[in-house]
Amino acid sequence: MEIPKSFLGYKRENGRVGTRNHVIILPVDDISNACAEAVANNIKGTIALPHSYGRLQFGADLELHFRTMIGTAKNPNVAAAIIIGIEPKWTKRIVDEVAKTGKPVEGFSIEGAGDIETIMKASKKAQEFSIWASEKQREECPVSDLWISVKCGESDTTSGLASNPTVGNLMDKLEPLGVHLCFGETSELTGAESVCAKRGKTKEAQDKFMKTWSDYNDFILKEATDDLSESQPTAGNIAGGLTTIEEKAFGNFQKIGSRQFVDVLTPAEEPSKGPGLYFMDTSSAAAECVTLQAAGGFNIHLFPTGQGNIIGNPIEPVIKLTANPLTAVKMKEHIDVDVSKILSREMNLDQAGDELIKATMRVANGRFTCAEALGHKEFVMTKLYRSA
Amino acid sequence: MASTDIIIHDKKDNVGVVVIEKVAPNQTCNCWIMEGDGSATVEAKNEVPLGHKLALTDLKEGDTIIKYGHDIGKVVKSIKKGEHVHVHNVKTKKW
Repeated sequence: MEIPKSFLGYKRENGRVGTRNHVIILPVDDISNACAEAVANNIKGTIALPHSYGRLQFGADLELHFRTMIGTAKNPNVAAAIIIGIEPKWTKRIVDEVAKTGKPVEGFSIEGAGDIETIMKASKKAQEFSIWASEKQREECPVSDLWISVKCGESDTTSGLASNPTVGNLMDKLEPLGVHLCFGETSELTGAESVCAKRGKTKEAQDKFMKTWSDYNDFILKEATDDLSESQPTAGNIAGGLTTIEEKAFGNFQKIGSRQFVDVLTPAEEPSKGPGLYFMDTSSAAAECVTLQAAGGFNIHLFPTGQGNIIGNPIEPVIKLTANPLTAVKMKEHIDVDVSKILSREMNLDQAGDELIKATMRVANGRFTCAEALGHKEFVMTKLYRSA
Repeated sequence: MASTDIIIHDKKDNVGVVVIEKVAPNQTCNCWIMEGDGSATVEAKNEVPLGHKLALTDLKEGDTIIKYGHDIGKVVKSIKKGEHVHVHNVKTKKW
């Protein structure tokens, strides 16, 4: 198959391209959720992103909170953003960073004004932004403007056999065209960590990966209440035929095909070393991982599943694929791409990769994913430790 | 083309994964080797269910199980070609 050279995207002020055209109402903290949701309820064409944190965080945990907030609003799938926080200082910090992209952004703080006045003021601005964004048109953009993140979930043996290698096949075909790619799931690479580290393009990237993995593994072992060998693989994994953590990890690892990674990103960090594959330090929990990747600037997500994960994200469309023939039928409304024919050898990986590329292009052009049509918009902050 | 009973990821692998409901003892199984899109056959010694692994060669205690072309654990009880490979005869090297 000849890979499409372009797709129809939204060109942003800073040169990035969006596959979506959202106007977001972003609360800085948990207590500003009500206000943000009221504004989104008032003004059509806007979406609120409520979450659970943003007060009394400190150190690296607070920096991650800011990085996630700022990265989410900066994502090219966002046309314009309203930021609402309880007090002006943290709100302004986010607004100032987002404004550097050139996109319309305005902040509101509730202290001293109350919800109702803030809702009124923010709604007026949100209406302006929504009408402005509605006139944006999709334009032809090179395929290299795609920033694709990947993460698998509810995995079974069909994931390692077929759906994860299908994503790997797509990576092998799209990376040479200058696409940005990102994988994560630090904990679920355990068992394949030294093989994964060798995929670093430079010694620096390899060392950075091993340090990131070791730090996370030390933390998990410190907090674990029993031997992890009792929970990885899980009882369900074992019933499905997975024998060891190594086997599970190598199944996961199939998603990057034969690619090498350029750099290791901290959670929600934007890549800065040009096109290619990046590893991001993330949890293996689906919603947390995708939220961080979207905050890193990725504009389309591929999610292979075995037993049928149902996740979506408010700003980054999540395309789901499965090779499990039962899931493809029983959970049809969640599955965008069915590659179960690989198991019966009616389809090979090359063909499956082509099917996934076609589906990715259609979604990039604006086709709704199953998760979008179902209203899935899981926005979940990663918290490093408890607040002060 | 004969239907596929077992998928083998990599030419180096010494186990394959059953992709039909189950294979029966003495059944000659059609294998698809994904790397290079090749074919092979192996005779099953045990009943092995969907998603589970079967040995492609004789393996003795201490040998390494190779899947995806990589080390996924060690043999703790000898395994004959065609036998079921799982937690009863293979353990992680990790813990």
